[in-house]
Amino acid sequence: MIYQNERAIYVKIADRVCDDILSGKYQEDERVPSVRELAADYEVNTNTVLRTFDILQRDEIIYQKRGIGVFVSPGARHKIRIARKREFRQHELPEFLRRLRLLGLTIDDVVKAWNEDSEETNS
Amino acid sequence: MIEVQNITFSYSSKGTPVFDNFCLQLEQNKVYGLLGENGTGKSTLLYLMMGLLRPNKGHITVEKVDVSRRKRTTLQQMYIVPEEFDLPQMRFTDYVETYRPFYPAFSDDILRRCTEEFHLPLDARLDQLSMGDKKKALMSFALATNVPYLLMDEPTNGLDVPSKKQFRKVIATTMTEERTLIIATHQLHDVEALLDHVLILQRSQLLLNASVAELCEKYTFDVRPEDDLTDEVLYTERTPQGNATLSLRQPNDEETSLNLELLFNAVTSINNQN
Repeated sequence: MIYQNERAIYVKIADRVCDDILSGKYQEDERVPSVRELAADYEVNTNTVLRTFDILQRDEIIYQKRGIGVFVSPGARHKIRIARKREFRQHELPEFLRRLRLLGLTIDDVVKAWNEDSEETNS
Repeated sequence: MIEVQNITFSYSSKGTPVFDNFCLQLEQNKVYGLLGENGTGKSTLLYLMMGLLRPNKGHITVEKVDVSRRKRTTLQQMYIVPEEFDLPQMRFTDYVETYRPFYPAFSDDILRRCTEEFHLPLDARLDQLSMGDKKKALMSFALATNVPYLLMDEPTNGLDVPSKKQFRKVIATTMTEERTLIIATHQLHDVEALLDHVLILQRSQLLLNASVAELCEKYTFDVRPEDDLTDEVLYTERTPQGNATLSLRQPNDEETSLNLELLFNAVTSINNQN
């Protein structure tokens, strides 16, 4: 059963920070915006951003230098990719397969679409 | 800390009291949302906390000092932005120079950040500003006083959509450690993501007094299909997407975002049934 829910704000902001690390906006060992800057960007309480930093630090995506700021950990991009792949396999892929069966599509349809898309991307 | 200790208050000796043996404690370093329907005593409570009204019985203390003594050391720690107010016929800069000496921690840096975010010209005549700009000017001054206790009554009333966004940005950046902000409002969406703590008043009683972290830990806010209302569901509202639902959070469920309007409706309607 699909429930529509919004994940907690601090988790959503953590996702956005991870997006920006993956896209290369924040490079490894570079500073990420401060608590105050992120609070202003997302219009949230600073304590919410502190919780975001807590989970990112726990997952070793960022690290703090006392009095200087918060930085992207070495290897953060790799860690985020692994975590995202795991999430994709656990949640999105089963739902995708369920939809395929429900609609009577086969894996061949997916392969065909994949190849077409790859050609377009390469050309 | 602000401590409201067993207060009773009524506007006239014959009328029913607005508060009867009412208690509340507000801690430092938090953003409080004081919510409640019209006429539940939100503004009255703010004025009582400021010492602008005095309780018939009981005491309200700020840092252990009774506010009704109106001591200078207490007054310079507090500021209120009322819902409606008049500003004198003077330029904003002159206003700031006139009133800043009352607030020893006044911050030019915060004033500059607020006026920049709100696009307020400092040389503007206050009496010639629009209602929204007047509010933004007073809020900028209020935040710049840097007082530990800042009270705002319906701060987003009269602000247009971009200004509400500016308001949230200003609050998010200037409400740092060791400051307490109490926002009385019924514009729930305007303040939802800013709050640390939710207080809901109804018929002068405190129906809810809980931190946002605690609420998100205990409850799940989601939208469910019509036929999927299990035991842990506490309250639902029909929406075009399905039933907006407040339910007990199950141990392994991920935390969801606080839906303040749903929470408010749930708390007040459950109380009405009793």
